[in-house]
Amino acid sequence: MKILMFGWEFPPHISGGLGTACYGLTKGLVKTDTEILFVVPKAYGDEDTSAARFVNASDVETVGTKIELEKLWGNISFIQIDSNLVPYVDEKEFNLCASIERIEKHEEIFRHKYDFTGKYGANLMEEVARYALVAATIAKNNAFDVIHAHDWLTYAAGIMAKRVSNKPLVIHVHATEFDRTGENVNPNVFNIEKQGMEQADKVITVSNLTRNIVINKYGIDPKKVETVHNAVDFQGREEIEIKRNVNDKIITFLGRITYQKGPEYFIEAACKVLERCKNVRFVMAGSGDMMKKMLRRVAKLGMGTRFHFTGFLKGDEVQQMFALSDVYVMPSVSEPFGISPLEAMRSNIPVIISKQSGVSEVLKYAIKVDFWDVDAMADLMYGLVTYPSLSKFFVRNGQAEVNSLKWENAATKIRKIYDHVVNI
Amino acid sequence: MRTICLYFQIHQPFRLKRYRFFDIGKDHFYYDDFLNKSILRKVAEKCYLPANQLMLDLITTYGKQFKIAYSLSGTVIEQMEQYAPEVIESFKKLAKTGCVEFLGETYSHSLASLQNSNEFEEQVKLQTSFIRKHFGQNPTVFRNTELIYSDNIGKRVADMGFKAMLTEGAKHILGWRSPNFLYTNAIEPRLKILLKNFRMSDDIAFRFSDRNWDGFPLTAEKYVKWLNDIDEKDEIVNLFMDYETFGEHQNKETGIFEFLRELPNRIFADSNFEFKTPSEAAEKHQPVSPMHVQHPISWADEERDLSAWLGNEMQDEAYSKIYKTGEKVLKTKDENLIKTWRSLQTSDHFYYMCTKWFSDGDVHIYFNPYDTPYEAFINYMNVVSDFEILVDITAESPKTVKKTAVKATAKKAEPKTEKTATKKKTVKTTAPKTKKTVKKATATKKK
Repeated sequence: MKILMFGWEFPPHISGGLGTACYGLTKGLVKTDTEILFVVPKAYGDEDTSAARFVNASDVETVGTKIELEKLWGNISFIQIDSNLVPYVDEKEFNLCASIERIEKHEEIFRHKYDFTGKYGANLMEEVARYALVAATIAKNNAFDVIHAHDWLTYAAGIMAKRVSNKPLVIHVHATEFDRTGENVNPNVFNIEKQGMEQADKVITVSNLTRNIVINKYGIDPKKVETVHNAVDFQGREEIEIKRNVNDKIITFLGRITYQKGPEYFIEAACKVLERCKNVRFVMAGSGDMMKKMLRRVAKLGMGTRFHFTGFLKGDEVQQMFALSDVYVMPSVSEPFGISPLEAMRSNIPVIISKQSGVSEVLKYAIKVDFWDVDAMADLMYGLVTYPSLSKFFVRNGQAEVNSLKWENAATKIRKIYDHVVNI
Repeated sequence: MRTICLYFQIHQPFRLKRYRFFDIGKDHFYYDDFLNKSILRKVAEKCYLPANQLMLDLITTYGKQFKIAYSLSGTVIEQMEQYAPEVIESFKKLAKTGCVEFLGETYSHSLASLQNSNEFEEQVKLQTSFIRKHFGQNPTVFRNTELIYSDNIGKRVADMGFKAMLTEGAKHILGWRSPNFLYTNAIEPRLKILLKNFRMSDDIAFRFSDRNWDGFPLTAEKYVKWLNDIDEKDEIVNLFMDYETFGEHQNKETGIFEFLRELPNRIFADSNFEFKTPSEAAEKHQPVSPMHVQHPISWADEERDLSAWLGNEMQDEAYSKIYKTGEKVLKTKDENLIKTWRSLQTSDHFYYMCTKWFSDGDVHIYFNPYDTPYEAFINYMNVVSDFEILVDITAESPKTVKKTAVKATAKKAEPKTEKTATKKKTVKTTAPKTKKTVKKATATKKK
């Protein structure tokens, strides 16, 4: 079976969990005898992305996995959408664009170079629309059985491809607008999401938490929505040993410092812990729109000498941070899945995760707490750094648990969904 | 005549309130009075009172022919004194009939028998005097917490003067042998061992209302038929269970009380069994052989071992921590500290930390105030941490304790922490403050 898959990013050029998830998923799918044509927009961020760069991704892998990787690349073709220039289109114009002739006419324009910001900003909508237009061309020029679109950025592309090809559309919800913004949803994004879900033949959600949002907030028929939990792939990962400079216990928050991730709850809990014990330090690793506010809050609480900000961590730095930590906390307000606790567990760190996260649905050996319950969170932090057996218990069992979460299982479920939509 | 020996366990722990680490050193009151009271009241209404009445009726009806045995932990008696004195009265009434035997156990339903210290003996003595005080009996038969038993524990129990002891008829120690005989301790043959027939006991205690069970519905008639089906050479059927089976685990709508009411009648009419209390049974029958039990057994779970209370890292740390403080606590000679220390030994605290059923709740959620084992652990450890501080202050200078303790709580309330006062008094004086916290706690739980 051949799948036309639309993504927004792919390792190593990733800004979030989506790329990693797509990578793991495609790797798993290849094993189920599925061929994937993976479409990513060119130039995500400031890197010089090209086909060659993707192949370079294999350099990151250890020697042992190289053959398998080549096999993987053998089954996945990448199509780079060259250039970025497209006039702004709103919903109406967008629908007009749906005719293929129109798209072909635009092809010339697409070849132009475009000064790309590489960030989520005002231009994002343009990019989404442009991506959708090109999707139609790709759909026209390639043979495939199912269209699979990841997250709202590519839903429009999925819809276009479906219109052109009449092939079934599966959309994969890694996050919704409600997760990203709380109740202050951007109506444009919401509409794109809703349309994608409505037009899709099947909606895959990464957790039951997300599934409920899709059903309740977007009004999608529950029968059409299926949960396939994410997994995690540790292949090629090297264990890092780090010497510590301080004897203090380190409790870490690692993620974007945004509303969705609940950084303020981490700070309030930290304050409570510090009032009581002096041998603990807190680290907030990452960056985001709430960073300044968080800095001010920490200063106001007078914890500056015990509470550290690292800024955005890349590549190895993330693992180093884990290696330095004694407790990992993910206090997300709304987390469709959340892969980083799995990485922490793999690094032998006990994790505290919010009950409002999809990953809590699959983990037994993670400590779960309501994100707003700052007292409980503080108590758990204190417990983990004070009573050694608690930490030991979670480290021992967590390692085994996290290793059992395989992309192959997720891929098998998705393959079943493909088989199902083809036969509708 | 063959023998049926009925014994019922009655126990409630002093459950701890939600105790956060920031309470350590500030708040020296640990119990969830509201929760303990409401559970005890509920169980009293649903089980203790109606079941006691039923037992009394049966004794009145059949005279000296119907006999039963109880073991009430010290902690449950204390709670009854506080929250349901009428239950104590009804037990006293039963005691006066002469058909009811009260057994010995550890005062705080603890795991002290697994310790090498004198604490086990102390708690048993305490419990014995407590039973004597309330029910006018001197226990001669012993049942250890959760029927925990081993050769060594049996020996210690015998040395304390008990004639017989109850334990589980665990398959792995019985092998081909039947639980339906009297056995003796392997070290001290004077101590008789009564083994629970777990199949016949659990038919009532666990399976009675199980619609998927092929024995459903269980009637007294059917049950007596099963009793008669037991090999006729077998001498004694020990039916040991939680008293809460009647009306609580099996609620009254299941017909459990009717079953119990009818059972003696059927037994007298259709079988050659008679009712005996454990001490009578131990007198009546000849032991068939010694029973070797090297590693402790219990009546809990499929494993019938200690793994419900000890074994995972958290349980082991908590357990060793509380017993490590023992020496210091006893040295202070502070009655209240010792009392608190003992209540923290109650096995339920460790039971809540069990991770065997981490995913599938099962029976063990019953009356469990915690959502997860690690919450139970953290809460317990926080309490013990505070308790250690309290012990240290007391150990340093017994006189300043009261002052410090009062000082610590003075901000919040009246000078209530007269730590030497009786338990009852402490509870009363701290009640207003605790209620507030409790309400908050239950509100969160409801969600």
